[in-house]
Amino acid sequence: MKPPPFEYFSPTSVDECLTLLAEHGEDAKLLAGGQSLVPLMNLRLAAPEVLIDLNGVDELARIDRDDGELVIGAMTRHRDVASSELVREACPLLAEAAALIGYPAIRNRGTMGGSLSHADPAAELPCVTTTLDAEMVVVGPGGRRSIPARDFFAGHFTTVLEPSELLLEVRFPAHGGGPGWSFHEFSRKSGDFALVAVAVQLPGDGASAGLAIGVGGVGDRPWRADAAEGLLAGGQRGDELLQQAADAVGAQAREHGEGHADNDYRGHVAATLARRAFATALERTGR
Amino acid sequence: MNQHHEVRLNVNGTEHTVSVPPRKLLVDCLREDLRLTGTHVGCEQGVCGACTIIMDGQNVRSCLMFAVQADGASIETIESLASGPEDLHPVQQAFVDCHGLQCGFCTPGMVLAAKSFLEQNPSPTDDEIREAIAGNICRCTGYTFIVDAIRTAAERMAGEEAGQHV
Ligand SMILES: Cc1cc2nc3c(=O)[nH]c(=O)nc-3n(C[C@H](O)[C@H](O)[C@H](O)COP(=O)(O)OP(=O)(O)OC[C@H]3O[C@@H](n4cnc5c(N)ncnc54)[C@H](O)[C@@H]3O)c2cc1C
Ligand code: FES
Ligand code: FES
Repeated sequence: MKPPPFEYFSPTSVDECLTLLAEHGEDAKLLAGGQSLVPLMNLRLAAPEVLIDLNGVDELARIDRDDGELVIGAMTRHRDVASSELVREACPLLAEAAALIGYPAIRNRGTMGGSLSHADPAAELPCVTTTLDAEMVVVGPGGRRSIPARDFFAGHFTTVLEPSELLLEVRFPAHGGGPGWSFHEFSRKSGDFALVAVAVQLPGDGASAGLAIGVGGVGDRPWRADAAEGLLAGGQRGDELLQQAADAVGAQAREHGEGHADNDYRGHVAATLARRAFATALERTGR
Repeated sequence: MNQHHEVRLNVNGTEHTVSVPPRKLLVDCLREDLRLTGTHVGCEQGVCGACTIIMDGQNVRSCLMFAVQADGASIETIESLASGPEDLHPVQQAFVDCHGLQCGFCTPGMVLAAKSFLEQNPSPTDDEIREAIAGNICRCTGYTFIVDAIRTAAERMAGEEAGQHV
């Protein structure tokens, strides 16, 4: 047997999870889809003494609309996010990105909460939450708190979650398809983690509400391309300006660069993806 | 920590109760406790797809689940597809006819991934077929004959369906 031994609990409510976390502290790990944690255990890179399985906590698997927000429970599978009508209507960028995660078998098990807590800098969902300014709702011994996505990721595979806390749900502003949207990524083979990913919400001519450009796969966490956002905030959408904005994404990627490829290459890929993402997004505004 | 858990599994229509330590992977439980060795173990990291099974109607990696987590689940493994060489599933028959396998190591996972894909998408394009098996690695065939096999299976299954309604 490859994984190191552990004690196994299968709670059925969030309260029970919190009690178990309080009891076992740093020795315990939450088990969601297992698509990142179990490989780490099989490789013995992780050896938690206690596993708290979230798969029986039904209240964590939900997709709901709450006023202007789309609420996704932590145990919602990538497959369900990718195929949900509600997600496609309220937050099409999220649906598009979720369909690009790994392979069908990975999407059948992997979860929203697991991907965000795992915080792989190349993962799709951290990039989308950062782009859309989603709020992470977290619960711990002191009650609930809400953390903006931009403050949630703290570096490679690191978040600001405390060991006694659990990610409950994520709240996305429901922009609908109003501003055009697009998620473009480049990976060596379909289903691999992205070398670079660019997420775009781009309103059409003369508009700026909802404008956002996020980049994943470059650096230790996803980030917003503020220089490019600045260039497009005025509402002009001419080809030359779009090219300048794409180049600004590339320049910022060169500064952040590290990982599998050299910075110039990453910068080049980021600019190219940004240019394509702008084009797709604008097409979707009906310009 | 090594305390055993009683786990009930319905595998290929048969109820089983096994006693396993929590760290036992589902794939090892199938192969060692139930002696169903058709499900292969390759990478144990979720990358190769050799361990693909169908659990409660969905294809999953059996190397990325613990057997205790499957308590109460319905599982289909490659053994459920045919009782012998005479009554192969159309996907299996197409793999044979189109040379979709050489050493056979990836084949159980490929066939199950293809079967569950064709249930959702009975008349796919070649691109869709390639996407559906992107998570299953084959070191022998170069994939072309596997794509041929899945397309052929889709055509034959569509033919059978049509035939039934004549
Ligand atoms: C072959 C392969 C390819 C993949 N390709 C991609 C890809 O292209 N893009 C991508 O984004 N991902 C990819 N993944 C990873 C996949 O998306 C995982 O599902 C995801 O990273 C983790 O989610 P999980 O539900 O499986 O979490 P788990 O593996 O169960 O947990 C991951 C971590 O999060 C913690 N955790 C889980 N839930 C919570 C919670 N609610 N609160 C607090 N902490 C929690 C766990 O304790 C653990 O530390 C791939 C995985 C594999 C095996
Ligand atoms: S053995 Fe499970 S994916 Fe390789
Ligand atoms: S036939 Fe040998 S690995 Fe696919």
